[in-house]
Amino acid sequence: MLQEIPTSLYFMLSAALFTIGAIGVITRRNAIIVFMCIELMLNGANLAFIAAGSMLGSIDGMVFVFFIMTVAAAEAAIGLAIFVLIFRQKGTINVDEINLLKG
Amino acid sequence: MDVGAIDVAFRWVVFSLSGLVAIVASLMMVTRRNPIHSALWLIVAFFSLAVIYLTLHAQFIAIAQVMVYAGAIMMLIIFVIMLIQLEIESTRKGRITGGKVIGAFITVILFLEIGAALFSFPGGASKASGEVATQMGSVASVGIALYGKYLFPFEIASILLLVGLVGAVVLAKRRQE
Repeated sequence: MLQEIPTSLYFMLSAALFTIGAIGVITRRNAIIVFMCIELMLNGANLAFIAAGSMLGSIDGMVFVFFIMTVAAAEAAIGLAIFVLIFRQKGTINVDEINLLKG
Repeated sequence: MDVGAIDVAFRWVVFSLSGLVAIVASLMMVTRRNPIHSALWLIVAFFSLAVIYLTLHAQFIAIAQVMVYAGAIMMLIIFVIMLIQLEIESTRKGRITGGKVIGAFITVILFLEIGAALFSFPGGASKASGEVATQMGSVASVGIALYGKYLFPFEIASILLLVGLVGAVVLAKRRQE
């Protein structure tokens, strides 16, 4: 008879997704791909919230994920608008070449 | 073998398959050079995460994941990729600098730290079982929590979305000099 899936496995999966996203943020230079990697990190955090909520038998984890999704949607709209603006001004969105705030 | 055991075995199969798909898809997302390919692999990862949410009895969040992430956000990202004609990174010398290697190495150490923390964690599977667990993630119970206990944060979230909407329109508008 098989056991139920232990919550630690869900946490390991969420840690793996978070790590892959973080490696992408560090190694990639295209601003949009960096942005997608950040979305992947947010999803890793979401999975941890839902797994913990299910383990504790509480609904608060799902409500928290709902709010994270709201923030991610707002962040996507604003961030992509900023990328379009930067591209219009500088002709590139390579994060190494965007140094407008450097004095 | 009774019905409960079949249910658990089925959940194991679904969890392992979709977890594997999620990890492979996110690895492909990080390593592809063409941004459109990255975006499509990320959509695959989002879908398999939605399946994993279903194994945790979070039906509402699974549907919201497909609609908000795989639908709305990725549509926006793909639109912007098409608006901005991107130079593919490989054409500008595929450089792997020392800084990147060190950064990736430190991130892997972060993963090992989380794993070590999990080993000291008591663990245990889902407490709620059967009918209770299935009811927990339904739209009705999440809605009751959102409009009851979490009404004020919910309103603040709607204001946040409004601010995001207005901000995006103001930013993207061309100013006439």
